[in-house]
Amino acid sequence: MSYLPYVVAGWLFLIGLYGVVTSRNFIHLTVCLTVMQSSTYVLLLAIGYKHRSSAPIFYGIPAGSRVVDPVVQALTLTDIVVSVAVVALILSLALDIHEQAKTLDPEQAVEVSG
Amino acid sequence: MSPRARLAVFGCAGAGLAALLFWGLAGLPAFGHYQGAYGNQLEREVMPERHTTNLVGAVVFDYRGIDTLGEEFILFTAVMGVTLLLRKNREQEIEDAPDDTVRSDAVRIAGLFLVAPTFLLGLWVAAFGYVTPGGGFQGGVVLAGALLLVYLTGGSRRYTGVTPLTAVEMAEASGAGAFVALGLAGLIAHGAYLHNFLGAGRQGTLESGGSIPLVNWATALAVTTAMLLLFKEFLEEYSVPVARRRG
Amino acid sequence: MSWLLVMPVVVPLASAALVAAGDHVVPEAVKEYPPMIAAAASAVFSVLLLLQVQSHDLVHWHGGWTPRHGVAIGIAFVGEPLGVGFAAFAGVIVTAALVFSWHYMEESPRLYRVLMLVFLAAVSGFALSADLFNMFVWFELGAVATYALAGYMVEELGPLQGAINFAITNSIAAFSILFGIGLVYGRTGALNLAQIGESLAQRRPDGLVIVAFTLIVAGFFVKSALVPFHLWLADTYAVAPAPVCLVFAAVMSELGLFGIARIYWTAFSGAFAAHSGAITATFVAVGLATALLGAVMALLQRHLKRLLAYTVIAHVGVTLVGIGLLNAKGTAAAANLVLAHGLLTGALFLGAGVLLREFGDVDELRLFGRGGRLRVLGTTLALAAVGLAGVPYVGTFLGHSLLDESARTRGYGWVAPLTVLATAVSSAAVLRAVARIFFAVGTREDPLLSAQPPEEPPEEEANRPLMVVVTALLVALGLAASVIPGLQDRTEHAADHFRDRRAYVGQLLHGEQAKHEPSPVVLHSAKPVSLVYGGLEAAILLAATALGLYRRRVPLGVRRVAGRFLGPPITVLRGFHSGIAADYVAWITVGTALIGGIWALTLR
Repeated sequence: MSYLPYVVAGWLFLIGLYGVVTSRNFIHLTVCLTVMQSSTYVLLLAIGYKHRSSAPIFYGIPAGSRVVDPVVQALTLTDIVVSVAVVALILSLALDIHEQAKTLDPEQAVEVSG
Repeated sequence: MSPRARLAVFGCAGAGLAALLFWGLAGLPAFGHYQGAYGNQLEREVMPERHTTNLVGAVVFDYRGIDTLGEEFILFTAVMGVTLLLRKNREQEIEDAPDDTVRSDAVRIAGLFLVAPTFLLGLWVAAFGYVTPGGGFQGGVVLAGALLLVYLTGGSRRYTGVTPLTAVEMAEASGAGAFVALGLAGLIAHGAYLHNFLGAGRQGTLESGGSIPLVNWATALAVTTAMLLLFKEFLEEYSVPVARRRG
Repeated sequence: MSWLLVMPVVVPLASAALVAAGDHVVPEAVKEYPPMIAAAASAVFSVLLLLQVQSHDLVHWHGGWTPRHGVAIGIAFVGEPLGVGFAAFAGVIVTAALVFSWHYMEESPRLYRVLMLVFLAAVSGFALSADLFNMFVWFELGAVATYALAGYMVEELGPLQGAINFAITNSIAAFSILFGIGLVYGRTGALNLAQIGESLAQRRPDGLVIVAFTLIVAGFFVKSALVPFHLWLADTYAVAPAPVCLVFAAVMSELGLFGIARIYWTAFSGAFAAHSGAITATFVAVGLATALLGAVMALLQRHLKRLLAYTVIAHVGVTLVGIGLLNAKGTAAAANLVLAHGLLTGALFLGAGVLLREFGDVDELRLFGRGGRLRVLGTTLALAAVGLAGVPYVGTFLGHSLLDESARTRGYGWVAPLTVLATAVSSAAVLRAVARIFFAVGTREDPLLSAQPPEEPPEEEANRPLMVVVTALLVALGLAASVIPGLQDRTEHAADHFRDRRAYVGQLLHGEQAKHEPSPVVLHSAKPVSLVYGGLEAAILLAATALGLYRRRVPLGVRRVAGRFLGPPITVLRGFHSGIAADYVAWITVGTALIGGIWALTLR
């Protein structure tokens, strides 16, 4: 039980990767990338957690009470913004590909190779 | 590679990767037993130093402010990138609005009741972001969401009306630039980039955290306008084909 | 604290915001200048920094958060010669790219220039940062800028395919790095590189440390395109606009290598001190495989930019060998190789851009002889190819001789002939193409080379003399890289200091200052062996070029036998580079699992 969140993080990473490798649609592939990204959120937040602690907001609770690690929360926030940026760009590329090749299938939209 | 060969290759490699990942994860301290020096040190320090009750806000805007500067520009760059990638070589502007007028009264009334409160909620989340949970990023997204509600319940003509392109673009660049400038102000005032430069104020109020509120608002402005620009770019992908179909 | 140390990041970012905001206000006629000036200013600041850090390192704690009780609570920038040198180099390259693209990028020029400035800021931040997560943030910022730059030509499928494959594979690399960072943070509770290093050095490395290192290295291997993580690169570099390719080839591909070197020496070298043999072996093996694969694939191309993309891969492989040898000479070799390769290969991409502008094509066979009226450019590019081969005292020679010396001291002397072969062969591919296009030498047909569909040149008039001048300037600098007085000694000292974990910890956590003794300003003196290897490079270069040009003259019987033996492997090799992202990701997984597995067995 005490390693379950980490197992979840690892599982999300792997299943997202599997989704990317077997994807036949760029939009589906993008969502699989977000699944992989969320594995990093789970990992970071799980690392910072402390039992019997509250959120790192000292408003209304006495100074000196136990709180969870605020650093990983800041890192996760940055991570989420990165994810937004990357997803926006990949979706734009997918839209452009659809405009040019009339398909969203990665196997069909191949022009350069070798 | 054929899909089956690819799956076979991935299957073997994935199994190996899975073994490695779980082996690595097993080395972490058990869940709930965080012992890190960084977090614990900050826990003790932030309140006395900056009188900021939201520790995450203090970390994001002060202790690790340069990270947030980079993150802010990641969003800025994404907007630039999306605009670059979704540009169209339009010879003529599509004058007539697409036919996405909202016909349902229920939806319109929902909009009437939702837009203003959501907007206020966004402002509140952004404003009190360093006192209670929230912040420039979170508040900015809610604000952008409120304006997206204008689209959902009023159609794209209304949406374009409340988000004039030039103003939003300039506001976005200004938000990002303000963040850089605030860092320079800290550099000039105290010799370190992004150094906090107003008094720490009274904890639990809006005047706490020194220059954290300023950075917070710069972020809120930049994030709101960035999200609005992203929405606009993707909406144009949808709206214009609809217009072409009609005309 | 040094205010100069933040300028390479702040100046481009502020300029990017100003260029974006001021677009509606600035008159059209002068819009080209502010971005160029901003990039040049950033380069100037970096060079000033470089001069300052020759005598002692600089440290800047952002927000004024110096360490408390030995715990780093803020983020620091560290100015040491190699990092600052890389930032300065990036500044020069981005400025050159912006000057080259004067009137070249007529569609959405504002966005293109903003993205280039942001990329420069990201590279500078990455090179100067002393915080693991902060390095990741700059890495991602650069990546996001480049995904859009790669897909600039949205009207054709080729660039879009390259850009999306790039975005998908490199995003997965970023997730891998972040997962590794999470593991490291979970163990050490620190994000400052010096503090992580101290914490990890205290006990024997276990599964977590090995896996974290694997994930981080794998992610950077994708970015720098090492085998088998490299498959995305040819697709992307073949179709991005020429000035973007200059930046990609000279700066972006080297970013991953710098990241690995920095993170290894500061965070992991203490923990893995007893196992450096295994790490060297792995890096050398990967580097050599990459170098040889890049060389072979380069030979098989007729699309000039795709050919150059494979030469980038070959060079990156050789550079990794230098870093992997884990000694001062090896790291210095890598630094010199990056300098020379970056300038010369970048110039070759610019030359390809000129060809595209003039003839609308970059195919070696279709353009046969048509470059006849561009003899000046042709000669410049031929010299660049010779410089890439590392003929004595030209171009990459300094890097190669340092590499050879460092390999011998670690018992890897057998590596040198292989790197010579890879470099000479990949340069021969370039020389062959230049000979065909500009000097009408060789056969007009060659069915062995894989063709690609022609690409659209960017619109509008471009300033051809300006483009040729910029190209020639970069080639001249690149060729001269081996004979800059004092460069060898300075890079060796800088590399030695770069590897010094104790000095790094001292200046970050204990406020000590790291001083450097002045180095004598002397010319590089090559060992006789290096001169022999240099001569060998020249010989193989000429032989391979001739073979490429006149392959048909080889007797039919010999060709048939060669075809039967080499044909199947070549087809298989080509098949790997299928253009489909899912294949690339599968091979990335294979590479990560393999390296992790090897290290799981050897690093404990």
